Amino acid sequence: MSQLFPYPLLIICLIIMWLLLTSFSLGQVIVGTIIALIAAQGMAALQPAKPRPKRWDLLLRLTGIVLYDIARSNIAVTKIILQGNKRTRKSGFMAIPLNLRDPIGLAILAVIITSTPGTAWLGYNFAQGTLLLHIFDLVDEAVWLDLIKNRYEYLLLEIFE
Amino acid sequence: MNHVTDLPLWVAWLVAAFLFIGAGLTLTGSFGLYRLSSFYDRIHAPTLGTSWGTAAIVLASIIYFSALQSRPVFHEILIGIFVTITTPVTFMLLGRAALYRDRSENNPEVPAMDLPKDILDKLKLADKTESVYLESGERE
Repeated sequence: MSQLFPYPLLIICLIIMWLLLTSFSLGQVIVGTIIALIAAQGMAALQPAKPRPKRWDLLLRLTGIVLYDIARSNIAVTKIILQGNKRTRKSGFMAIPLNLRDPIGLAILAVIITSTPGTAWLGYNFAQGTLLLHIFDLVDEAVWLDLIKNRYEYLLLEIFE
Repeated sequence: MNHVTDLPLWVAWLVAAFLFIGAGLTLTGSFGLYRLSSFYDRIHAPTLGTSWGTAAIVLASIIYFSALQSRPVFHEILIGIFVTITTPVTFMLLGRAALYRDRSENNPEVPAMDLPKDILDKLKLADKTESVYLESGERE
């Protein structure tokens, strides 16, 4: 069973994607299913680590929090850019020690940090477990540390570990 | 042929508002890319266009075509999902390339590969401070 359907979630997502791009009819369901199964076999050949989220409810909550934060930082960064040089702004690098070790969790954190305007992921040091960020408006380091550690990493740790 | 004039007024306003927000954010991002001085600052500006810039235009498109065809149209969401999961790859590649170059040029403004021990200890200490978010999370 798991040989034939190696990534059930991926297969379902691919079928839904195929139907959204074409039309909802029986023929397209069959074609979409065949394509999804072949794609899943290809994915299995790559042998990536399987994500095993333990708390789906928290994953939804994290999505909500991130969408809200992205909207908020969009407004903040827009203000800074439009103000131009009227205001002195300090941007800088910042290192944050992480307890999160799960590769999928780190990947999600990378997507969150990079898609939020104002923060950029520059590297993760596996040996030290530290994350290097560049912050656009670095007023108070403690605020950013708190945001990453307790708002994102806390939830990601709950979800994956 | 679609009849734009058949669109209810409130839908037209909603679509126009989302389009304006999306286009405005993308324009601001591009302007920031042009205006900001350092490379690392410039990485931040285009994310306006790839986050809510894209999202607002996608929402406008969903509302417009759902109203015109009087059935929900959702395949635009795929654009949003793919933009969100692919842009970090580009931004991280650019950021890390710049960092690599600055480090190999011994640029003093860029942090070293391994943090010095004393800074690391300071960070671990700061790590333990009580937080606002943690408390609010536990209250729920």
